[in-house]
Amino acid sequence: MTTYNLNHLKELEAESIFVLREVVAQFEKPVLMFSGGKDSIVMIHLARKAFHPAKLPFPLLHVDTGHNFPETIEFRDKLAKDIDAKLIVRTVQDSIDQGKAVEEKGPNASRNTLQIVTLLDAIEEFQFDAAMGGARRDEEKARAKERFFSHRDDFGQWDPKNQRPELWNIFNGRKSFGEHFRIFPISNWTEMDIWQYILMEDLEIPSIYFSHKRKCINRDGVILAESPYVETKEGEEAEEMVVRYRTVGDMTITGATLSEASTLESIIEEVASTRITERGGRNDDKRSETAMEDRKKEGYF
Amino acid sequence: METFDSKGYLDMELLRFTTAGSVDDGKSTLIGRLLYDSKSIFEDQLEAVQRVSDQKGDEHLNLALLTDGLKAEREQGITIDVAYRYFATPKRKFIIADTPGHIQYTRNMVTGASSANLALILVDARKGIVEQTYRHSFIASLLQIPHVVICINKMDLVDYDQKVYEQIKSDYEKFAAKLEVKDVRFVPISALHGDNIVDRSKNMQWYEGSTLLYLLENVHIGSDHNHVDCRFPVQYVVRPQSKEHHDYRGYAGRIAGGVFKPGDEVMALPSGFSSKIQSIDTFDGPVDEAYAPMSVTMTLEDEIDISRGDMIVRTNNQPEIGQDIDLMVCWLNEKKLIHRGKYAIKHTSKDARCVIKEVKYKVNINTLHRIEDDLELGLNDIGRISIRTTQPLLYDSYKKNRITGSIILIDEATNETVGAGMII
Repeated sequence: MTTYNLNHLKELEAESIFVLREVVAQFEKPVLMFSGGKDSIVMIHLARKAFHPAKLPFPLLHVDTGHNFPETIEFRDKLAKDIDAKLIVRTVQDSIDQGKAVEEKGPNASRNTLQIVTLLDAIEEFQFDAAMGGARRDEEKARAKERFFSHRDDFGQWDPKNQRPELWNIFNGRKSFGEHFRIFPISNWTEMDIWQYILMEDLEIPSIYFSHKRKCINRDGVILAESPYVETKEGEEAEEMVVRYRTVGDMTITGATLSEASTLESIIEEVASTRITERGGRNDDKRSETAMEDRKKEGYF
Repeated sequence: METFDSKGYLDMELLRFTTAGSVDDGKSTLIGRLLYDSKSIFEDQLEAVQRVSDQKGDEHLNLALLTDGLKAEREQGITIDVAYRYFATPKRKFIIADTPGHIQYTRNMVTGASSANLALILVDARKGIVEQTYRHSFIASLLQIPHVVICINKMDLVDYDQKVYEQIKSDYEKFAAKLEVKDVRFVPISALHGDNIVDRSKNMQWYEGSTLLYLLENVHIGSDHNHVDCRFPVQYVVRPQSKEHHDYRGYAGRIAGGVFKPGDEVMALPSGFSSKIQSIDTFDGPVDEAYAPMSVTMTLEDEIDISRGDMIVRTNNQPEIGQDIDLMVCWLNEKKLIHRGKYAIKHTSKDARCVIKEVKYKVNINTLHRIEDDLELGLNDIGRISIRTTQPLLYDSYKKNRITGSIILIDEATNETVGAGMII
């Protein structure tokens, strides 16, 4: 008897493609959040698969804090151009200039939370009714409770205690006027799945994911890249280190890993043996026990 | 440290399972053990849990804190919602839908069970089969979870006694005869001490079956999907509108059953027009066959009008078509089901509306008895109902196909998902 089996990556892929198609079928103005990070690169690849041979039936949106790694921004622009997708960029700086957001102060200042304002404004400006993101349930405990189709009220807020049950593969995207959905097509993927998939599909990713030399500061165990956006504290001195990034956020909050891994295979080996979570190096999650949930309720991804 | 084979992952399969147990039966400990032993708990997660445990003055490291992600859950010390956990061994990747054992239990377990290949049901060896075991097993059977593993836990507290295990096993088998569970296994374990979880227990030499992890890694899931009856609900029509693909018209969707091949005689429903499959396309090129749960795009030889909500099937094997449908429904909302009420209904890629014609009976999920004198279906109730839909649905019985046999009901005023239905 022939067996009809998919491997785990193919099954995850099929599930994500199903979700992406469901979004385009159920919503009028969807948008895909694209940062140039590995998860959103996988999202774009899945979206291309879902609608092949047509182009992506939605634009890409990046909420740019202005504190991103230049390598990622360069990669973002190139990929959008290569696949002929429409890329919308909205900046936190504009929100600050308009007085809608206020810059944090001090050495641990970050624009991470400020993104919420810019994002919600962009959703309103373009009347997006579904914003697709590459958040995964394995990343963080509040994200472990997310639905594929996550309802947001007309203030963009998430109500985690009152979520719609999600059964089988039937997704309920019904909403009232002014409300929108956040969609998480790769909910069931883990960090390892992402890396294995990048290897299997031979996807290009920004150089900062591979081992390189960089001037960094060690702050309370978090290795931060030296940059104009990170105010150094007294006694801190940048030294050259051999590092790579497991996750890519703002330069102000994203910690690097000391690593010699310069190929996808060696990264996968490293991920397999690591004992720290991917977001363990993110200062934004360390602010409090429920930092992620608090931000998500306000409208964060 | 285990070396990681960077090619081996291409043969890994995905198994989704749900865990069920009553309060204090060691479910969190078992999940914690599986995650810990497969190195899926990380140091910073453990530290965070330790920190919170210490602060709350818990005696033991409280592994439930790993899964209870929400503030309200941590404050109240209860699990409110289904949490998804992930771990992998070199053979399989596992997705655990961890469902809480409190009031919302039925709703959450039904949710977790809807996509599971396997259910882990915990039984406390000291207590044996209890009312909750019946309830969990009934839900597993109702949701047609293909495999059920009864973990008889806390064997250490009954001196690893074979007689206790055999008694519970035989009690369960008697009860399970009333259910429709195809594949039931029993494993005597101690989640706390790790007996028969990953390694064979030295304390239970009399047990000749496999360890829990071995079972999870090897249970045959290749036949969990229906590979016989061809069903392709059309989800989306791909029309590139480009010079290169000017006339391309592809029907995108996920195979719900059967095996489709180019050249197959197919029929589009509800129109009834026949054609042949010209190609089955993917981004990576055309494929020779497509089966559940693949997401593909089909092109047909003839131009016929097909849109979202339609279904492509084999001419000689068609689903039921109808507007009067009987189903088992699990009610998911505080607002009770309204007799003669109207709801929106979603079934595969089709949207329609329906009216509740009749509630036939309610099920006492602890005894499996039918209740015919109280037909109010409230939160967590399960019952049999008849509905009439505004448009014909193309369906199979849930037993035949979990995808074409399931529906959800939506309250049109609040847009909330209020009912989960399994077609009889």
